[in-house]
Amino acid sequence: MKRTVPLFLAAATGFVLIVASFVPAAGSWGKYAVDWFNILAALAFVLGGGSLLSQHLKKISDQQAGWGYSLVTVVSFLATLVVGLGKFGVAPPTLHPDKVWAGDYKEAGSGFSWIFDYLYTPLAATMFSILACFVASAAFRAFRAKNVEATILLVTAFIVLLGRTYAAIWIGDQADWLASQVVDPAIWHPYVTGLRLDKLTETIMDVFNTAGTRAIMIGIALGIVSTSLKVLLGVDRSYLGSDDR
Amino acid sequence: MIDVLSNLDRRWVFAAMFVAVGWPILSGVRFKEEPSEGVRRVFRAIEDLPEGSTVLMALDYDPSSQGELQPMASAFTRHAAERGHKIYFMTLWPAGSPMIERSLRIVEQEYPDYVYGEDYVNLGYAPGLEGAIKAVVDDLRGQFATDARGNSLDSMPLTEGLRNIQNMDLLVNVSAGDPGAKQWVQYAATPHDIAMVTGTTGVQAPSLYPYIPEQLDGVLGAIKAAAEYEQVLSVAYPKFAESVKAQEGLRRMGPQLVAHLLMIGLIVVGNVIYFVERSRGPGGRR
Repeated sequence: MKRTVPLFLAAATGFVLIVASFVPAAGSWGKYAVDWFNILAALAFVLGGGSLLSQHLKKISDQQAGWGYSLVTVVSFLATLVVGLGKFGVAPPTLHPDKVWAGDYKEAGSGFSWIFDYLYTPLAATMFSILACFVASAAFRAFRAKNVEATILLVTAFIVLLGRTYAAIWIGDQADWLASQVVDPAIWHPYVTGLRLDKLTETIMDVFNTAGTRAIMIGIALGIVSTSLKVLLGVDRSYLGSDDR
Repeated sequence: MIDVLSNLDRRWVFAAMFVAVGWPILSGVRFKEEPSEGVRRVFRAIEDLPEGSTVLMALDYDPSSQGELQPMASAFTRHAAERGHKIYFMTLWPAGSPMIERSLRIVEQEYPDYVYGEDYVNLGYAPGLEGAIKAVVDDLRGQFATDARGNSLDSMPLTEGLRNIQNMDLLVNVSAGDPGAKQWVQYAATPHDIAMVTGTTGVQAPSLYPYIPEQLDGVLGAIKAAAEYEQVLSVAYPKFAESVKAQEGLRRMGPQLVAHLLMIGLIVVGNVIYFVERSRGPGGRR
């Protein structure tokens, strides 16, 4: 029963969406599925919040390694929740000045907006920016021309890295100037313009990258179809977990 | 020397990257851009629309990627407003609403003649991931009872007759991942033949090129394309060439140049170390 009901729900929902997509008369079924999804997602938020609190509160009470981070997580979570739900700093709407709770919690100047602008935004941007340091360190240690494939990758990376900056334009201009000292540009220019680093980068992205990506996308799409069918028909039950009872 | 470099503490690499990005930002160094054909295609998609066309601006990103995507969103907003298009803002990302606010501020501050509800509207956040796209494509009122400010859609001229987005003249999407550009192509642009352009992070852009030109009119990939778009915009509308605010992307190309040169330098040094160590044989140090 524990496995049959979820299997039935997954199969029914999947087939409803497939029918809704291919049969015009059943087009509205998909809309109901989306409504159900939103309701379940809203409940999942509450469950997620509860789970986050219980996990981290246990870590704090047991004083496990890194419990200080859990404390920061819990305090940040509760503070944001209280400031948002309590609408701290939210002014009543102009049309209904007597209804103090009717303002938007996200409006400029509200407590929630302050948290978003001055805490969440810089923290999120910082986390993303740190990637540049790790990518640089990894490139220094691991990006080696060990074989032909790696060398091709390396040369391509150089072209794209340069082609994505002003360096490509500068190098191209210098090369043009040098060549024009020797031969009339009218003769060679039409033939070698495509070899400028910025143009080469465009070619790599538009031709080689697109061809590879297209092949991968088609492969992924076929894989999704086969995996989805296996899930809908109950052949693949791994999403239910490993408990066979 | 090779041994020193071989055992270089990675914190030196971090410090070098910090300087490579920090110096150009502080010095304000700028470089010219030569817009690619792909960027010009995106520009023409907005430019060639008749004045007053309807444009759905879906801003599906959050603060993590705003450094890369906000210049695109700002440039799209300025361009659409400059052309006198009717703009509908929305987002599929919970943290996307404040991103829309940044674009709204541009409209409010730089285009005072634009009237909220008549020329532009903020529909706000639509929950439901890609399901929300299906919803706004088929029945917008089922997804949005009001705009983000709580106004009834029937009370505003711009939205009173709006039932779905199938008749939009252009779909402009700024996307940092899923749900985003790919889902807009799959569930809105392709099935309903809506013209679409998108601006995305550098990581996501390669997966969108295969959709050009049938399902997507064009893609702005990463900050480089944003800078090129600003360059085209500055040429078409010279007032943007004098506005610092309208050149966020161009300003970020300085740090990108120096950081990329550093990356190339690091890769070259790394390979020199590799070949020297290989020539010494296994375990051999001189």
